[in-house]
Amino acid sequence: MKVAYWPGCVSRGFTPELHGSMARVAPLLDIELVQLDRASCCGAGVIAEHNQELADTLNARTFALAQQVEGAELMMNICSTCQGAQGECQERLDANAEYRAHVNSTLADEGLAYEKGLTNKNFLWLLIEEIGLEKLKSMVRRPLRNLKVGPFYGCYIVRPRSRLGIDAEHPRDHYLEQLIEALGGTVIEYAGMRKCCGFPIITMNKDASLKQAGRHLGDALDAEADCLVTPCPLCHLNLDMQQPLAEKVVGRELNMPVLHLPQLVGLALGLEPKELGLSRHVVRPTSVIDWSTSVVGAAA
Amino acid sequence: MAETHKPPERFTLRMRRYDPESGEAPYWDEHTIELEPHRSVLEGILQAKAKFDGSIGIRCSCRAAICGSCGVRINGEPGLACHTHLDHAKASSKDGVIEVEPMGNMPVIKDMIVDMDAVHWKKVQRVTPWLINKQPIPEREYLVDRESMVDVTQSMACIQCGACVSDCLAMEVDPGFIGPAALAKAYRFVGDPRDDEERERLLDLSEDPQGIFDCTHCFKCVDACPKDVNPMGQIMRLRRIAGADQHINDQNNGHRHEETIVTLIKDYGLLHEAEMLPRSYGGNSWFGKFHPAAGKELLSSLPVAIRGVMKRKMSIKIALFGHKIPKQDLSAVKKIYEKVEGKPERYELNLYVSGEDEDAGTLATVGASETAADAPEASA
Repeated sequence: MKVAYWPGCVSRGFTPELHGSMARVAPLLDIELVQLDRASCCGAGVIAEHNQELADTLNARTFALAQQVEGAELMMNICSTCQGAQGECQERLDANAEYRAHVNSTLADEGLAYEKGLTNKNFLWLLIEEIGLEKLKSMVRRPLRNLKVGPFYGCYIVRPRSRLGIDAEHPRDHYLEQLIEALGGTVIEYAGMRKCCGFPIITMNKDASLKQAGRHLGDALDAEADCLVTPCPLCHLNLDMQQPLAEKVVGRELNMPVLHLPQLVGLALGLEPKELGLSRHVVRPTSVIDWSTSVVGAAA
Repeated sequence: MAETHKPPERFTLRMRRYDPESGEAPYWDEHTIELEPHRSVLEGILQAKAKFDGSIGIRCSCRAAICGSCGVRINGEPGLACHTHLDHAKASSKDGVIEVEPMGNMPVIKDMIVDMDAVHWKKVQRVTPWLINKQPIPEREYLVDRESMVDVTQSMACIQCGACVSDCLAMEVDPGFIGPAALAKAYRFVGDPRDDEERERLLDLSEDPQGIFDCTHCFKCVDACPKDVNPMGQIMRLRRIAGADQHINDQNNGHRHEETIVTLIKDYGLLHEAEMLPRSYGGNSWFGKFHPAAGKELLSSLPVAIRGVMKRKMSIKIALFGHKIPKQDLSAVKKIYEKVEGKPERYELNLYVSGEDEDAGTLATVGASETAADAPEASA
């Protein structure tokens, strides 16, 4: 399937292994990525905090660019925060024709216009809803046997439920568990799996921010997870890059590897850890994979 | 909607029991009750109390989702016991048994009763929850725009049940955080045109390290609220007014953090992560990194940065120069900034007030868009 692909900023900045692994995984899943190079940052909720109309207009521009990609079935992102921040803007744009026209009048200078009703799905949603768990299972080349994986969603992709379309038919807040199982791994449930990583307040209240990251990592460790997997690069920054500092704040050794979603999928599809950028993490995922034999799982 | 003609069914409630005065540890207590499925979890608890164990502690009064007394956690999620149907609660349970616990972030007095005074009400008192009249006080009533009062009705809808306080993730790690309910209440007065202390209130809430910039933007309170108050949305509005209208440059980096992201996206189209930290601490310009506050923070983050570069997590080029979108797109983005920010007033669409178009639920098909020529003329 062809998708208008929005990689976001951080996946090309401080977590390049996310964008890189997505590019590796896509052809194996028969996803054609048409990258939205011209689009700007979603604003991560902060532009909306500053000026709602500005955030709505910038994201309407991104949506309009996505709608111009010929033959694309939908827009796909690889970031929980993009999903949530863009979804919030889209909710306002779709709800009110007058407001939409108002925003489009700003885009008209560039000859762009957003037409109501874009489908914008995170890679996680696309995996479950467009590709399907059964098909995914049949594609697994290296089942994640013996690998105990803790899901970490990121707030923006699980709340608010109504805006994100989470209901009995679309249990999007349980997709990571379903996916881990489909890839042959074991799901580890722990207290922090749908909580906040703390990243949004890292510059405002560093101690509270790192306490959040440290607690969730510690909870996962206590539940005997080998690693976490997250669809959110901002969570990855606080959980992986800041983990050594989080260890100091919570006063315990954590050493918990955190994988990006496409990395976990890529491993199961048979890609090599190096080409998925697993060596680029601050916490080396030694518990995830034996680097010499490429065998997955701590017990392997 | 629950149907009302269904005959009574059996429901099992698993309640968290705890009496701090007993010296015993908390425990789970199960009772099976019989009621029509549309009846509330509260009615179930009251039946269990009447039939099996009179010592079950639950606080309630109106039983109609108005008084806010019966806030509890049902199957791990905060809500009103009187506002949750038994059949819905059973459907959302893990194993068919409805689990009822006291709310979080507050000490338990007994069973499902928590100490609202010690946490919730103390925090509400903290934000001066009354109107400070604008002077001079008119002889008769104040005259205000209808719209300006509609704007605060959302925060006025709060029934003080504490559901948002219960699940606030910032409060979980920082109990001193003023929190969603009290800050929504603060907006009720900041947004009220009759109040005289908008700036003083915002200064206070911005400078407090556990004020508006301690919120992690996790949406927990948005989902918890049974009255659609959207406390997090009210906190964002407080931040917006504090920064954009009152130009409060708080000691918590809150305003500088916001300005930094807004400016970086204007200048680069994308986030330049390496500039975020120094500018948030030292000031929103390239020179921010030379400010002593930034220097101290940069120094403490140096090991993190070095580790990142060593692991090739970020390239030195990205760390120094960031990444940009193509030139013509960047100029289009800048034009959007100029046009939107150049307006004399911010245009905010509040769906709580405006509602949705009748057909808003219908999803259009995805395809190449032409123009919005068929849409009505824009008006601000």
